[in-house]
Amino acid sequence: MSSTKMNSLLIANARLLDPASGLDATGFLGIRDGKIAYVGKTRPKDAYAKTLDAKGQWLMPGVVDLAARFREPGQTTKATIASESRAAQAGGITAVVLPPDTSPVIDSPAVVDRIRGKALAAGGLDIHVLGALTKGLAGEALAEMSSLKQAGCVGVSNAAFGLRDSLMGRRALEYAQGLGLTVHVFPQNPALANGGCAHQGPVGTRLGLPPIPEAAEVSAIRFWITLVEDTEARVHFGRLSTARGAALVETAQKRGLPVTADVAAHQLFLIDEDVEGFNAMCHVIPPLRSAADRDALRAAVKRGVIGAICSDHQPHEADAKTNPFPLTEPGISGLETLLPLTLRLVQEKILTPLQAVERLSTTPARIAGIAAGTLAVGQSADLVLVDPAVRWTLDAQTLLSNGHNTPFAGSAFTGQVRQTLYRGQSVFSQ
Amino acid sequence: MTSNIQLDSSGRLKHLLTLEGLSKSLILQILDQAAEFAEATQGRDKKLDHLRGRTVINLFFEASTRTRTTFELAAARLSADVLNLQVAASSTSKGETLLDTLKTLEAMQADMFVIRHDASGAAHFFAQHAAPGVAILNAGDGRHAHPTQGLLDMYTIRQAKGDFSKLKVAIVGDVVHSRVARSDINALRILGAKEIRVVAPPTLVPAGIEQMGVKVFHSLETGLDGVDVVILLRLQKERMLGAFLPSMSEFHRDFGLTKARIKHLKPDAIIMHPGPINRGVEIEGDVAYGPRSLILQQVSHGIAVRMAVMAMILGRNSEDEALAKKPSKSGKGRKK
Repeated sequence: MSSTKMNSLLIANARLLDPASGLDATGFLGIRDGKIAYVGKTRPKDAYAKTLDAKGQWLMPGVVDLAARFREPGQTTKATIASESRAAQAGGITAVVLPPDTSPVIDSPAVVDRIRGKALAAGGLDIHVLGALTKGLAGEALAEMSSLKQAGCVGVSNAAFGLRDSLMGRRALEYAQGLGLTVHVFPQNPALANGGCAHQGPVGTRLGLPPIPEAAEVSAIRFWITLVEDTEARVHFGRLSTARGAALVETAQKRGLPVTADVAAHQLFLIDEDVEGFNAMCHVIPPLRSAADRDALRAAVKRGVIGAICSDHQPHEADAKTNPFPLTEPGISGLETLLPLTLRLVQEKILTPLQAVERLSTTPARIAGIAAGTLAVGQSADLVLVDPAVRWTLDAQTLLSNGHNTPFAGSAFTGQVRQTLYRGQSVFSQ
Repeated sequence: MTSNIQLDSSGRLKHLLTLEGLSKSLILQILDQAAEFAEATQGRDKKLDHLRGRTVINLFFEASTRTRTTFELAAARLSADVLNLQVAASSTSKGETLLDTLKTLEAMQADMFVIRHDASGAAHFFAQHAAPGVAILNAGDGRHAHPTQGLLDMYTIRQAKGDFSKLKVAIVGDVVHSRVARSDINALRILGAKEIRVVAPPTLVPAGIEQMGVKVFHSLETGLDGVDVVILLRLQKERMLGAFLPSMSEFHRDFGLTKARIKHLKPDAIIMHPGPINRGVEIEGDVAYGPRSLILQQVSHGIAVRMAVMAMILGRNSEDEALAKKPSKSGKGRKK
C-alpha cells in the first residue's frame, strides 16, 4: 500500500462551504498527505484509507483568527502557547495571528524565532506573528521591519501603544509600504481614551466609570486613512467598536483605498448595558458601546466592510478580574466562542453560512497574506467540521484556555465544532 | 439593575451601595428614622443601644476625615464597637489583593464594613464577595455613588422644604467626577423633585447625564433662575487645573456663588455644599455661613442619617433575630 493511500481520508456527505469558489453544496472532500486532494459533489473514483461520514455537518476551511494573545513570552501565569494552542483547536481555529505586545516585544527576529520554537513544540496550529512597528512599541523609532519580515512576520503593528507624533506614523507607514507589509492598526487615540474603561455614554456616566469616547476610535481611523491617501500603504484596522468608525472605513474602501477591518466577535453581541452591575467580564478595550453601534457593526460585517471576525482573545488568571471594575484587566477569553458566536449571526439571519465562513477564514487569511481559508485542491487540509444543530451551554470551567474569563458563561449556543483537522490530522474532536 | 444585591428577598436593606433602584418609601423610612435619632440624641446622653455588641469597621482606601468621623460617631452613638482602618495603597503593593484585605478583616467577626475607595464599583465588589450576613455600607466609590451623602442632603432639603414635588434643584460644579452629584440626582428623582438641573462648564458635565433625568445648563445665571435649592459641589483643584478649567478664579467668576448672585435667587432658596468648601472658588466665604446656607446643618444631619442606615441594616428587630437564630444549632455560623 502506498503512503499516499495510507495518509488519506475521505470526508463524505458534508455540506462543503468554500467562499473562495462560492461552493455551498453537499459533497466529498478527499485528503492526501495533509493536503486537499479532491473536492466535489460526487464520490471520487480513487480509493481512500478511511472514510468519515459527515452527514448533516458543515465542512469549512479552518478559522483564521487575526488577533489572539497567547501571553507568551512574558505572561505565562495567564496562559502559554501550548495551553492556548489546545484552546484554538477546540475553537476550530487552524491559524492565528499574535500581536507584538508580548514581553519582550516582537521587535527582533530572535523573539520571532523563540515564539516559532514554542509553536512547533505545541503543534497542530499555524501561529503567525505581527512584528512591532516601532522599537519596543515605544513609538520613538522604527523597528527593523525588513528583518522582521524576513523572520516571517505577516504584518506590523504598534498594538495599543501610541506613537511619538504623527510624523512617526507617516514614516512608519511609508517604510512598511516599501516592504509590502500590511500595517495592523488598533484604532484608539491614547490621549482621548485617557485611561478610561467604559463607553462614554449614559450607562458609563451613571456608573461613574472613566469614559472612552467614540472620538478615540474615529479620530485614529481618520488619521490613518489620511496617511493611506498619501502613501497607499495597506492598513488593517483591528477591533472596530463604533458605527462612525465603520462608516469611515466603508467610505475609504469605496474610494479604492487599501484598507480592511475586523471586529471582535463579542462586540457584535454585547453592549454598554452589559457592564451594568460592574460586570468585570465585560471590561474590554475597546469598550462595549451602544446598541446602535453594535447594530452598525453587524451591518458592516454583513456588507463585508468589516471583512473579518476575530476572537481578540485575552486570557487572564482569575485574580485579574477579581477587583472593582476599573481596576480589573480588560479582555475576554475568546478562542472557544469565536465560531459559536459567528454561527449565531447565521441563526439570526445576518450572515449566510458562506458569508460566515468568509469572515472567519477566507478574508482574514487574505488580510494576513497566508495560504489558508479555502477548500481548493492542493491547499493544506486545515479544516473544521461543524455540527450546526447541536445545542449546548458554555461552562467557563471547561474551557481549554487557561483563561476562564468570559461573559458568555452559561450562555446557550446552537452549533459546535465536531472536529478540527490540521494538515489532514485530527487535532480536536468531540 | 445594579442595586439588587443590596436588598434581601423581602426588599429590606442588606447593604447600602447606591440609591439607584431604592423605593421612595424606603428612602423616606430612612429619613424618618434619622429624624427620630436626631431627636433622641439631642440631650446630654447621646448613647443608644441598637448596635450593642456589633462591630463596624471603617475601611477607608481614600483619605477622609469628615466622612469617616461622622460614620465613627454614628456607630459609637448606637453602641457598636468601631475600628478605623486607613488603608494605603501600600498594603496592596505587598501583593495582598482587595479580596485578601476583606477576608482578613471578616475573620475579625465584623458585622459591617463602611468602605470608601477611589474605584467606581468598589462597594459592589465588596458586597459581592462579603460573607453572608456581613453588610457593606458605601462611603463613596470613585465617581459612582455616595449614598449616605445623598440621603443627608435629602434630609436637609426635606427639613427645610418639606414636599419634594414642587422643588427645583440645581447642582453646580464638577459633576463629571462627583459621586455626590450622582447620588443626589438619583435621590431627587426617586423622591419626585419637580426639576433637577446640573450647572457647569461642558468639561465638567459627563456625557449622557440627561438620561439620569436632569437638565443641563452652562450658565449660572440661567441655571439658578427660579431654583429652590442650590447644591454646590467641591472642586478638586489639583485635578482641575489646565485640563478642565483654565483657573480657579475664572471658575469663580462664572460659576462661584457670590453675594451679588444670591440676590437673584428666590428669597427662600437654600444653599448646600458637601464640604469641605473651597472659599472663593465654589462659594464666597460670607455666603457659606450666611443665613441661607445649610452647610453646617448638613454635617450634623450626616450623623443621624448614618445612624439610621446602620440601624436599619444591622439592627434587625427582635422577631427577625429570633427567626434567624433558630436554624443555626451548631453555633458555628454567623449570627444572621
